[in-house]
Amino acid sequence: MTADAAEEIAAQEFSRVVETNRPQIFRFLLASLRDVDLAETLTQECFLKAHRNWSRFRGDSSPLTWLMRIAINLQKDHWRNRRLQFWRNTRANSVDLDEAGEWLPSGERTAEQQLLAREEVKQVWKIVSNLSERQRTVFLLRYVEERELSEIAQATGLSEGTVKAHLSRALGKVRGELRGTR
Amino acid sequence: MSWNDRMAGENDPVVARALRNFKASVDAWSNAAMSRPRAASAPVRHSWRLAAGWALGCVLAAGSVTGVLYERQHKQEMARIAAARAAAQKAAQERLAAEQQPAIETDQDLLATVDNDISRAVPAAMEPLAQLMVDKQADDSGTQ
Repeated sequence: MTADAAEEIAAQEFSRVVETNRPQIFRFLLASLRDVDLAETLTQECFLKAHRNWSRFRGDSSPLTWLMRIAINLQKDHWRNRRLQFWRNTRANSVDLDEAGEWLPSGERTAEQQLLAREEVKQVWKIVSNLSERQRTVFLLRYVEERELSEIAQATGLSEGTVKAHLSRALGKVRGELRGTR
Repeated sequence: MSWNDRMAGENDPVVARALRNFKASVDAWSNAAMSRPRAASAPVRHSWRLAAGWALGCVLAAGSVTGVLYERQHKQEMARIAAARAAAQKAAQERLAAEQQPAIETDQDLLATVDNDISRAVPAAMEPLAQLMVDKQADDSGTQ
């Protein structure tokens, strides 16, 4: 096989990885940042980084877990940079919690159920926004991306025990908040 | 408390439903955001950048023009000051020369008078010889 042919195959393979995993990466970044433009930008950056390092990807984890790790690091860098730029409004473009909570799939629900669901979603957003960065990441990977604990541990670089601890604390807050309001 | 006990919240119907709704909400938002026309927000940012670029360009151009004008005015001012200084210097030199000229003339006159006096002031004993020399010079000039 010539080098050109190998490159062609690698490019096709990477295109498939982008096509398959782009929605998940974007969704995770959108849920983390609540900013559509920023989520799009960081998704592009994530795949750009992945493309540059694609030849070094050994396949120890799934491509999605590897991409999630890159996305998490990009998100961390973003917050770190934002923290330094203290004169800027950190959440200048992010939508507020009420607006984020308005999104619901148009299923077969009654108006009352829709209203109740919206209220619950807003409450969860509120809790998520008050979680620490690490707890939020773990929470979103578990309950939005539905990743296994081992995958979350690989993506975040934490031990499974730490992931469990973060998850149980985050879930405890969600339960306490939801139960407390009833 | 074991991990399973702590994660029992996942099985709590209220929590489970809230988490399901939350995921459905994020999915719906993400799908809507991904399928939105990309150009919708891009021109806004682009036009903002364009406006910022124009503003910066205008500021730079205005700064350059102001700089050139200031430089030109500064040069003119410096030339005017230099010309005034040269004129003043020239006038001072002329005034000095005018003041010194009569003094020189006076000195020369004085020296000439002194020379004349000294040349005439011969000792009294030599006066007849001097008279003879004057007479001889007169004779010589008369015979020629």
